[in-house]
Amino acid sequence: MTTDEPEATSGDGGSRYLQVQQSDEFAGLRRAFRRFVFPFTAAFLIWYALYVILSAYARDFMGQKVFGNVNVALIFGLLQFVTTFLIAWLYERYATNKLEPMQESLKAQVEGNGGASTVTEEEPA
Amino acid sequence: MNSVVLAAGPAVSARTLTIVLFVVFVAITLWITIWASRQTRSATDFYAGGRSFSSFQNGMAIGGDYMSAASFLGIAGIIALSGYDGFLYSIGFLVAWLVALLLVAELMRNSGKYTMADVLAFRMRQRPVRTAASISTIVVSIFYLIAQMVGAGSLVALLLGIKTGETFMGMSAETAKIVTIILIGILMIVYVVIGGMKGTTYVQIVKAFMLMLGALLMTLLVFVAYKFNISDLLGDAAEKSGKGAAFLEPGQRYGKDIVGNVAASTVSKLDLLSLGLALVLGTAGLPHILIRFYTVPTAKAARRSVVWAIGIIGTFYLMTLALGFGAAALVGSADIAKQDAAGNTAAPQLAQALGEKYLGGSTGGAVLLAVIAAVAFATILAVVAGLTLASSSSVAHDLYANVIKKGQTGERDEVKVARYAAFAIGAIAILLAIFARGLNVAFLVAVAFAIAASANLPAILFSLFWKKFNTRGATWGIYGGLGSALLVVLLSPIVWGGAQSTLPAAKLTPAQAATCGVPADSKEVANASALFSCTTDAPIPFSNPGLISIPLGFLFAAIGAATSRERDEEKYAELEVRSLTGAGAH
Repeated sequence: MTTDEPEATSGDGGSRYLQVQQSDEFAGLRRAFRRFVFPFTAAFLIWYALYVILSAYARDFMGQKVFGNVNVALIFGLLQFVTTFLIAWLYERYATNKLEPMQESLKAQVEGNGGASTVTEEEPA
Repeated sequence: MNSVVLAAGPAVSARTLTIVLFVVFVAITLWITIWASRQTRSATDFYAGGRSFSSFQNGMAIGGDYMSAASFLGIAGIIALSGYDGFLYSIGFLVAWLVALLLVAELMRNSGKYTMADVLAFRMRQRPVRTAASISTIVVSIFYLIAQMVGAGSLVALLLGIKTGETFMGMSAETAKIVTIILIGILMIVYVVIGGMKGTTYVQIVKAFMLMLGALLMTLLVFVAYKFNISDLLGDAAEKSGKGAAFLEPGQRYGKDIVGNVAASTVSKLDLLSLGLALVLGTAGLPHILIRFYTVPTAKAARRSVVWAIGIIGTFYLMTLALGFGAAALVGSADIAKQDAAGNTAAPQLAQALGEKYLGGSTGGAVLLAVIAAVAFATILAVVAGLTLASSSSVAHDLYANVIKKGQTGERDEVKVARYAAFAIGAIAILLAIFARGLNVAFLVAVAFAIAASANLPAILFSLFWKKFNTRGATWGIYGGLGSALLVVLLSPIVWGGAQSTLPAAKLTPAQAATCGVPADSKEVANASALFSCTTDAPIPFSNPGLISIPLGFLFAAIGAATSRERDEEKYAELEVRSLTGAGAH
């Protein structure tokens, strides 16, 4: 059978996910995750939009020489690379140090209760 | 010494060497594919390579899947001919990975199984959502496939140096084109059918190594030529281009300032913004990229593989900058445009020039040219294999197993269907590419990105982050985004090339004028390679649909969700908990 119904949904599995979802611990994980990814997504999109808009509308500014034949447009473009690498590195660090411990603990709770041993619910919430 | 033989000698030996190197690449990858097929038993092996790849391996494979001929030859060519503007492409293609890293990769790895639709349909009614996701997967993949295969067809004549009127192994340039398309098509089918995801992944890893090494070697030689003085390189490129300092600034190709025509300048600039938007939002909606996240054991590995991919892809795009400006400086824009008006031969021509200069005269030139040409074919092959796999997986897992059989089917059965589907999609792609071989299809890659951003990304993001999202939202979003992107393209200058107030007339070559059936000094034509008519005005003046279709995709998805009462709190709880914690992940 290759149905895509996940194994843990049957019976009270669904309500177990609801319990976890409404727990403070999960709310903490969600907050920690969103606190990083939403602001950074907004930041890099605005930073990228600024670059594209300046490329389209601020030709004189972008064409100014900084040193030798290297102009603002080139520096600005290279800075997009720098910020992309930087955000990727920051997120990797944040996820490893901050998110993973929270995820491990919650995952253990869900899988410990659910999954194969479906007989009883020993630890309600 | 006979000068004719000397002149012809390197060209012929480069041609032979290119073919030999490419055959070696094919032989190695086929051997890996057969080896991989012995380890492909379950559906997870076929669809997701047994989820056994390390994050570095998958990072390389993502690079191999993503860095297409359009980015290798295309971007280097745009930079060589139009200067700075090619860099805009590189930046969009790279920054886009942050969307995938922060918002999509881990959540998708945790909650999906084999296809993009697994995540979209998670808490929805399976059949309508999977049907929509599958259609959009196939459309995006076929567009991308045609662009790559037609590209391979036109490259073969250029890279092997077959001129019009000449023959090569008894084939005219036109026959060689068709034969190449068929050969590439057959190889990609073989990789997918026999090797599944495991075989395809290794092909992509090997290709990524070759591409990175080739680009690195050329970049180093360019730097050596300019004694590591970037300013000198830029200055020389600007001077040889004949455009001066403007060559190093944006605006030669996209977002042009058209003197005395405010409307036309505005349209051109909005078109640039539209392209930028599609590039940055498209990547995280490309099905062949998304399924790569399933090939690693955990979400952590998926995240790390994207970080690797960002490093690899970013380094590569930095090198294309050196290659493009290097080609402009060392080969010259005029010589490149003479070979290929679109600039696709800039990188191979640069390879030849560098080889002649540093690797022992004409033989060295021939060798390096051959190596880079073989790398270009390997590049195309790895990308088309990834695309074929993504669409055949979706046909088998979404359409066949879950829509037609409603989940009541065996693993073996499903994988068998996936293999048939790879045949069918491969055959369709070969036929379409043969028919389209004479058209200018470079725009198709940008259109594929725009469709991915308009149809897939809204549904993916709303599915993962918006509690009230539902079946109607997903289907409206996908069909609405897909439909509006296609409609805008159908009404655009890509299809109708007439000159109008917002689209100034182009200077026509005699050949273009003849194709369009107008006198050479005609002022009626803005886009001579328009698909339907060169002289009819396009109702929408933008060549890039993103600026219109991406907001529409999000709007359709939001309105669809808001007008339907369907909610499944429990399934959303399950999706949210699983996607964020990795509990119960496949």
